[in-house]
Amino acid sequence: MTQETWILLGATSSMARAMARQLAGEGANLVLAGRDMADLEALAADCTLRGAATSVATKFDARDAATFAPVIERAEELAGDEALCAAVFVGSMPPQDAIDADPSLIDGTVTDSFTGPARFLQMLAPALEAREKGLVIGVGSVAGDRGRIGNYVYGAAKSGFATYLSGLRNRLGRKGVHVMTVKPGFVDTAMTWDVEGMFLVASPDQVAAHMLKAGRKGRNVLYTPFFWRYIMSIIRAVPEPIFKKLSV
Amino acid sequence: MSWKTGTYSGWGRIKSATGELARPERASALAHVAAEGPAIGNRRSYGDACLVSDHRAIDMSRMDKILSFDEASAILHVEAGVPIGELARIFAPRGFLPAVMPGTGFATVGGCIAMDVHGKNHHGAGSFGQHVTEITLASGKVLTPGMELFRATVGGLGQTGPIQSAKLQMLRGKVDVMMVTERRADDLDSFLTLLDDSTATYTVGWIDATATGAALGRGILEEGETGAGLVPPAKRGRRVPLNAPGWALSAPIVRAFNQLYFRRVPAKGRTLVKPIDDFFFPLDRIHDWNKLYGKKGFHQFQCVVPVGERGCIRAMLNAIATSGLASPLAVLKRMGEGRAGCMSFPMEGYTLAVDFRNRPGTRGLITELIAECRAAGGRIYFAKDSVARAADMSGMYPEQADWAALVNATDPDHRYETDLTKRLDLRSTSK
Repeated sequence: MTQETWILLGATSSMARAMARQLAGEGANLVLAGRDMADLEALAADCTLRGAATSVATKFDARDAATFAPVIERAEELAGDEALCAAVFVGSMPPQDAIDADPSLIDGTVTDSFTGPARFLQMLAPALEAREKGLVIGVGSVAGDRGRIGNYVYGAAKSGFATYLSGLRNRLGRKGVHVMTVKPGFVDTAMTWDVEGMFLVASPDQVAAHMLKAGRKGRNVLYTPFFWRYIMSIIRAVPEPIFKKLSV
Repeated sequence: MSWKTGTYSGWGRIKSATGELARPERASALAHVAAEGPAIGNRRSYGDACLVSDHRAIDMSRMDKILSFDEASAILHVEAGVPIGELARIFAPRGFLPAVMPGTGFATVGGCIAMDVHGKNHHGAGSFGQHVTEITLASGKVLTPGMELFRATVGGLGQTGPIQSAKLQMLRGKVDVMMVTERRADDLDSFLTLLDDSTATYTVGWIDATATGAALGRGILEEGETGAGLVPPAKRGRRVPLNAPGWALSAPIVRAFNQLYFRRVPAKGRTLVKPIDDFFFPLDRIHDWNKLYGKKGFHQFQCVVPVGERGCIRAMLNAIATSGLASPLAVLKRMGEGRAGCMSFPMEGYTLAVDFRNRPGTRGLITELIAECRAAGGRIYFAKDSVARAADMSGMYPEQADWAALVNATDPDHRYETDLTKRLDLRSTSK
């Protein structure tokens, strides 16, 4: 395999860290982007020691568009003419009752989970098209498949992001760049540590490995673990008159 | 940072605790919770050293970054939650090995420090803590060898507070494989003599804990040296899917297994090439092997007695062999004097470790073994024990009262107590 350069947005997340380590083991270049610079620097060192060719920490804040261009520049430098890939893990999920109390939280949630990463990918797209190869993995959520009482703002943002990714796939596919939308079910991350009622929980390592494998095989939409495809098709099939009375 | 209430157990699955857990993934998150309770790792302690009932504990398993490595000095800086076996896997092909590795690669570096663990090279290399050059506590305190608090932290059962990171002096040398020589010992005396006379870097003895009479204490001595060369293809790990039924490790089955296991090695011995993991962590390939003992769980008894106390080892083996409670897993090893903490387990002598099914009579047998060990001037290992009482401790750890005084001064509210330190009253200064 030729050397790949990967941008990981939201690299301090559990799933991103797992993916970074797998890519490090393959000897990739890594651009680890996020907000907690101290943790990113530590992760960059960790990935280098685990085999990454180069691993750098860079600032990325979905709510500060000024941070976007430097991430892309750094990645293009590292990639040269070789493949440039990106995986987007950013997103935020304030509890629904916090949003009910302060509706202005919607703006941040939508920026973190949808418009921030979408704008970033829009800026990155020409660099991908120019190389005529590469892979974009965008992490959505099963929460985006249907609006539910528990977290419909987060769900709406992720749904918007999924639609955006679908369009981006349509565009970049013409130039040999593949875009995969991922919808993870319950994953054992820092974000879900104290969430109650989770079942069939997957580890970040499992999910990250599944994503890389499926993305490279050209899957368009990936539910992970796989059975979430069936769970969600049932949930999507419930007629709205009934669904609106449920609290699933 | 969020807390959640969970029920969790030690490796032996006899003791469990219900309490609040946090699992930080970055330094900033750890800093928020570090004062709330003791750290726990991958919970490879058999008893209750890793349990905190009705109180808070910090799961360090996601604090597992490798922070830096200096090839010139061979010093590796890692977060406390990284498993020791992962360090061997990453660094052995580059010519560096952790200087001391316990019997499971799943043990975290923090756990290795808190138990001051030993490995198959203890007689030469000493304990884990002797190769730790610096410890950074989550409180920000930086400890170096020679400091009182360093000696209280190494082997300190987490009582000085969570360890954030540590610097380890790695062993230099190209290590691809282990060259292993296996020899039979037909009885206890010849076994102990083989152990005494061995000049190998790594030694470990498997003992047939069901053999009686003239065969009492027979077993196989494994001697290992690191080697470079072709690596045999790694075999895939298997998982034990469910709890084994109660008869799976019953006395006749264990006796038959041990007989076969002993005869597997030809009478004149043999030399093999093994992958590193297979030699150091023979059981790690079977994930969740603790389920083989069924849902009632199991005990491990491990003690060390001074070199002159061969008779004590014989008496213990006699009691074990006649009880019918032993499992195939029994280990005898020569231990050196190396130790790095006030509460470290090692002392010059013989160390015996035996797994027991949890049956009526098991606790009684272990209580008897603890008494024998104490009478011989030995001590039991906190990483394994779940049976001893506070009264059994007196004299075993001579520095215990001084250690307790120091620890109580740094943790006056006793926030870092675990179920083990409470059961054995280890923080008491009145002994």
